[in-house]
Amino acid sequence: MILDRLDPTIGEFARATGWELKPEGACQAEICMPLPRNAVRDGRVDVPAVAGALGMALVADEPHSLWALGPVSGGRALSTAVVPEITLPDRDGNPFRIGALKGTKVFLCAWASW
Amino acid sequence: MDLPVWQVVRDELRPLGLEIVAVAMDTNGMAAAGPWIDAAKPTYPQLLDPEHSLGALLGIINVPMGVWIDEDGVLVRPAEPCFAPRERGFGLAKLPDDAPQRMKDMLAEAAKLDVDTKIYAAALRDWVRNGKRSRFALSPDEVVSRSAPRPAEVSLAAANFELGQHLHRTGRVDAARPFFRAAHRLQPENWTYKRQAWSMVDPLQGPTEHYDGDWLSDVRKIGAQNYYPKPDM
Repeated sequence: MILDRLDPTIGEFARATGWELKPEGACQAEICMPLPRNAVRDGRVDVPAVAGALGMALVADEPHSLWALGPVSGGRALSTAVVPEITLPDRDGNPFRIGALKGTKVFLCAWASW
Repeated sequence: MDLPVWQVVRDELRPLGLEIVAVAMDTNGMAAAGPWIDAAKPTYPQLLDPEHSLGALLGIINVPMGVWIDEDGVLVRPAEPCFAPRERGFGLAKLPDDAPQRMKDMLAEAAKLDVDTKIYAAALRDWVRNGKRSRFALSPDEVVSRSAPRPAEVSLAAANFELGQHLHRTGRVDAARPFFRAAHRLQPENWTYKRQAWSMVDPLQGPTEHYDGDWLSDVRKIGAQNYYPKPDM
């Protein structure tokens, strides 16, 4: 997640990371992880506090006032088998939601030109 | 590229309820992946992942790697190499005699990669026909436990790579390189991080002053048989 400030809204945070911040903690599918008090204030996320609690790396690029937030660490690449929200552009630039294929078996294959 | 090979499999299995989705992990998006897609003219969805988001979301560290998702939106296989059912493996193409020596050496090394071009598509057919009863369909707990470990260094590598990508895509190419280098150092087994950055300097991913490694040297260092995670099928 690329940030130009360290207090995004909870909606921005959820869209970028897949983690929803609720009163019970940071939640994804059936999993919720506890957060410190004041991790969310007035609908905005205290990113360093949440990053520390979830084991998300936070890297700064100070000359450009940018930060990047890594994925949750300390476990496996997948914390649940429920497929995460994946929305990517198609070749015409239109957003395509993998979730729209529910009801169909899907084989998702990553490739690259390099 | 394997897009046309998967088209044949898709034509066979679409009536049985499978959709194939191809995702190009290319920082330069359609400018890089478009010619391959245009040439193959696949009828299944072609998506672009210029931010390499599938690395953080699914644990993809090389290509080709894929996952299976059942009708309920649940993963039944985690990220693993997904070799297309080609007649021949990698590295067996015939190069012209005047091809660059590096290209010949890369092809010779690619021929040593541990690639089984039959088992994955056979397993896929079995799952499509048998669903949960297929021995290749894993339980949710198995899917999670078979996904790659994610220590703190991997999260740090992902954050560095994402920052490098963002800077590169917004024209700050020199500023991007230290972040790419950090990602390479923190997660050396992540070939998408390395190959993407190398290829933006040299299409043959050879040695440059910008990065410590290059494809041929790094593959030789670990041994070609260790280039892909071992599929457990």
